[in-house]
Amino acid sequence: MSSESTRAESGALGRALSFSLPPLVAAVIFFAVWEVLVAQLHVKPFLLPAPSAIAKVALAERKLLMAAMQVTAETALAGFGLSAIVGVLVAIVLASSRLVERALFPYALVLQTVPIVAIAPLLVLWFGVGARAVTASAFIVSVFPVITNALAGLRSVDPNLRDLFRLYGASRLARLFRLELPWATPSIATGLRVACGLAVIGAIVGEFVAGFAEDDQGLGIVVLTSYRQLRTDLLFAAVTGSALLGLAMFAGVTVLSHLVLRRWHASAK
Amino acid sequence: MLDAQVGTPAVTMRGVSRAFRPEGEAPVVALSAVDLTIDEGAFVALLGPSGCGKSTLLRLVAGLDRPDAGKIEAPALASQEIGFVFQDAHLLPWRTVEENVALPLQLRGVNSTAGDHTARVREALREVDLESAARRYPAELSGGMRMRASIARALVTRPRLLLMDEPFAALDEITRHRLDERLHELWREQGLTILFVTHTIFEATFLAQRALVMGRRPGRILRDVILDLPEKREPSLRASPAFMREAQQLLEGLEEASA
Ligand SMILES: Nc1ncnc2c1ncn2[C@@H]1O[C@H](COP(=O)(O)OP(=O)(O)OP(=O)(O)O)[C@@H](O)[C@H]1O
Ligand SMILES: [Mg+2]
Repeated sequence: MSSESTRAESGALGRALSFSLPPLVAAVIFFAVWEVLVAQLHVKPFLLPAPSAIAKVALAERKLLMAAMQVTAETALAGFGLSAIVGVLVAIVLASSRLVERALFPYALVLQTVPIVAIAPLLVLWFGVGARAVTASAFIVSVFPVITNALAGLRSVDPNLRDLFRLYGASRLARLFRLELPWATPSIATGLRVACGLAVIGAIVGEFVAGFAEDDQGLGIVVLTSYRQLRTDLLFAAVTGSALLGLAMFAGVTVLSHLVLRRWHASAK
Repeated sequence: MLDAQVGTPAVTMRGVSRAFRPEGEAPVVALSAVDLTIDEGAFVALLGPSGCGKSTLLRLVAGLDRPDAGKIEAPALASQEIGFVFQDAHLLPWRTVEENVALPLQLRGVNSTAGDHTARVREALREVDLESAARRYPAELSGGMRMRASIARALVTRPRLLLMDEPFAALDEITRHRLDERLHELWREQGLTILFVTHTIFEATFLAQRALVMGRRPGRILRDVILDLPEKREPSLRASPAFMREAQQLLEGLEEASA
């Protein structure tokens, strides 16, 4: 028994290594080549700074960057949270009948197709400059995948289970909470994983247009100002920060969905 | 039990027809003018080639579908004393076995004192010998255990009429034999009426007192066979000449129906 468990553990460790080692090695090679090329070819720092220069400025400006990350994280999370709630609610409404879906789905699609940059000024008019407009932008960009994935999940409920609930005279609410929503949970989790990355993008784009509030300036503003000042190294640091933020949110959603689903869903195994 | 209660039968069908009209295809007559009476307490097997309307008939009896014409009466449906077992277990994967078995009680909402539920769930699990797996999730069970959980779920409401649609078709033969034997015991103990769809002649012969052989296009009952075998079915019965004789009779009927 114990030898089996050690084998399983070393297997898990090996698997973790075989997943994380290749990208790490690739990153090291990538940055090394970048560093050497920039030095050898005398690339102007405002066009492409060396990784070491970016790291240096990230360290020097860490207070500014951390504060900016926190501001962006707050609006991105708020927009993402709204997407999760509104997206699932909309999916429930759309799933209630084919007719409702046919009537309303095209308008949900509009959210997906209208470029956020085009709506952002409108958001400023409605919500003013600041967190509310940025949150709205994060929400609009990220809600669609939640709707479509939740809808697909609600639609895919096993018809035999629907029969079972009908046989026992289940109420509409019992069907929703005891069958349809749990059944759709894996799909909803998939939608949320897509949505959380989009929420960060939506927040940063929103900040470009609406983020100029006095003292809560997010990563989008750091990107814009460092660009205007040709501080390309700081710009790179801010971009890296936004990538890290997206990754952190993705990791958070993945861990949460794994915790919820691990006992029963094959995809969590 | 054999001494069927005189009075209303468990199921009565009179001239029941049901056709499906898939978009862009010719209509399929799944059932055509079916007449059928099933006595209270009977164990009836339903055999027939694929697509002859066996599942359709079961769903009609369960009230999950409506006939185009004809009348169906099943007192157990009106009094909500009906159970249904599907071909696969169809458990809720996010619930443990005992939570799955408790589901019908929760949905019905009758007698919803938690303690009462627990007792009935435990009782149903004992009937299918699954108490040891009560806290496990469906993904952690074998196919046979899942099927037993599914049967416990159907039994937990104490149904008078149990409809089973090829419940053991996905299981290996030994497991199927075990479950057949247990099911037959439960039927004898509880005085249920069981309508059991199967593709397996030996299974029908082992379980049922009466077998209906259906034919297709249109779906209808071609043969109504009384199986002349002892009421108590021991595993050894499967090797007896009487069993072979009855199985042979069913086989002939089925071959005729499939022709
Ligand atoms: N919902 C439906 N829509 C269209 N056609 C259907 C539907 N349900 C059943 N049918 C058709 O009705 C006929 C009878 O189907 P049914 O499922 O009752 O057969 P069955 O005897 O249970 O077959 P099997 O042994 O394969 O389970 C088939 O031709 C099937 O294609
Ligand atoms: Mg069938």
